[in-house]
Amino acid sequence: MKLNSSYAGTLESGDILIEISPSEAPGLTINLQSTVALQFGRQIKKVIEDTLSEMGVKDAVVDATDKGALDCTIRARVTAAAVRATGKDVWAD
Amino acid sequence: MNTLKDRQQDIAAMAGKVGKPVYDPANYAKDPTERQLAQQKSPKLASLEEAITRSGLKNGMTISFHHHFRGGDKVVNMVIDKLAEMGFKDLHLAASSLSDVHAPLIDHIRNGVITRISTSGLRGKLANEISHGLMKEPVIFRSHGGRGSAIATGDLHIDVAFLGAPSSDPLGNACGYSRSENAKSICGSLGYALPDARYADKVVIITDDLVAYPNTPNAISERDVDFVVVADSVGDSSKISSGAIRDTKNPRDILLAQQAAKVIINSGYFKNGFSIQTGSGGASLAAVKFLRESMIENNIVADFALGGITAHMVKLHEEGLIKRLIDVQSFDKVAAESLKNNPMHKEVSANEYASADEPGSAVHYLDIVILSALEVDVNFNVNVLVGSDGIIRGAIGGHPDTAADSALSIIVCPMLRGRIPCVVEEVTTLITPGSSVDVIVTEYGIAVNPRRPELAERLRAAGLDIVDIHDLQKRAKSVIGDADPLPFGNKVVGVVMNRDGSVMDVIRNIEE
Repeated sequence: MKLNSSYAGTLESGDILIEISPSEAPGLTINLQSTVALQFGRQIKKVIEDTLSEMGVKDAVVDATDKGALDCTIRARVTAAAVRATGKDVWAD
Repeated sequence: MNTLKDRQQDIAAMAGKVGKPVYDPANYAKDPTERQLAQQKSPKLASLEEAITRSGLKNGMTISFHHHFRGGDKVVNMVIDKLAEMGFKDLHLAASSLSDVHAPLIDHIRNGVITRISTSGLRGKLANEISHGLMKEPVIFRSHGGRGSAIATGDLHIDVAFLGAPSSDPLGNACGYSRSENAKSICGSLGYALPDARYADKVVIITDDLVAYPNTPNAISERDVDFVVVADSVGDSSKISSGAIRDTKNPRDILLAQQAAKVIINSGYFKNGFSIQTGSGGASLAAVKFLRESMIENNIVADFALGGITAHMVKLHEEGLIKRLIDVQSFDKVAAESLKNNPMHKEVSANEYASADEPGSAVHYLDIVILSALEVDVNFNVNVLVGSDGIIRGAIGGHPDTAADSALSIIVCPMLRGRIPCVVEEVTTLITPGSSVDVIVTEYGIAVNPRRPELAERLRAAGLDIVDIHDLQKRAKSVIGDADPLPFGNKVVGVVMNRDGSVMDVIRNIEE
């Protein structure tokens, strides 16, 4: 799947900024910066991975800057960024 | 004959008997200097370096400071820089509190100038470094009332106090504002400096406005002062109301404030002559606005408002809704000006404000207190000092003092802050025990301590949404998921003292 660079989200408190770019290497590379990394870093990464995998995105670099977003917010931002990166509109179906 | 000369032998004999010398007129000469000039040569006037030297300060001793300028304080950094320059080591810094502006202390700790700290709170970089194990000795945390007690009983002995004051005369009569046209700064109440002024072995007043004697009415009396030092600036008054204190526009805080006001109005304590204190959180400040409307509507007048005094409280006082203000700390410039101009706005020392062992302390006569929290737990315990990331980021303040001694303590705290749960199974650090907490107000309902069934009944009858604290905790957890345990190490970096001098809890270092 061809990827363009794209992003979704903001740096507001309670939100997460997701930036997706194409990866040379296979697989997902997730660079996470989070205000709650110690307690929730593992879980945030898992939500990002699961969301991308459901959308069929396998090879990408994801830069995530988290300001304490809830899982539902993270899924929404990752989905929006992936839709913009792939051009495949999951909401249209 | 019985002239003075004839009595000399008897005088000498009596002097010998009482062990005193005979008066010698040669020791005394009258000084004809104009007194306006004479006071400028007061023996107490000194440079900072002279004052330090003459105070007798030695390595290993305890020095103290107040935090009335909050984020605008300049005295701590100024004095510690000078002490470092003079080569002092191994000092114990006992401040009433420390904040973001005190980050330069990190280097002085690394260089061994400061080896111990006692404070009410820590914020910013300094707090972060200490949480990661910067200091060998743990920081001792006390509440404001607890610090007052510890100073009075000698648990916290102060060798030299360095107290910033917006005005002082050359003899040391000092206060938190100035009536001269050269006034540079204003902080209002000097309540947290008063125990230091009274009990420290030596007291150095540092002022940026040296005024003519007598600087009355004064907060600190010349009798307690050994040296007066003039500095360019002791603090930036515009930064007093930064930090913890903010006027909220956040809709959730406003909702919490409305709920807290409803709790008060229906608690049974809202009647003529009641007394109230609010903490520095946005929601607890906003609650005062809602309370005001109900006081006007129901013709209710409060006898006094206590604690950190804000512009909101001053307004209610000026409208006749609160008879007196008792001010240990002025939280903004409006409060500081009111303290200066209004005799019904009284300044109190930390001891008179909140010490457990002071029978007359104001908290004993306080009906209602509204406080904020970083975390509360299912046993109604409260943490206001250590963040949910395990890093120190707050201050104990008067939280445990007012919660314990008031008739009704209300904690206003959202259930979630972003992804951080604020209603938890067990607080990260125990500051205010559940035995002194009565009501917790969240945006998802109000929890009443099971110790107070009558209160729960009254609030339920008023139609308020009373919930079980366990349900709030479960609900928070269901939204945020399971948190990984924090990477605490085994080193104790902080000790939380209860207000009675016992040890309440310890804070361990965070490893990353």
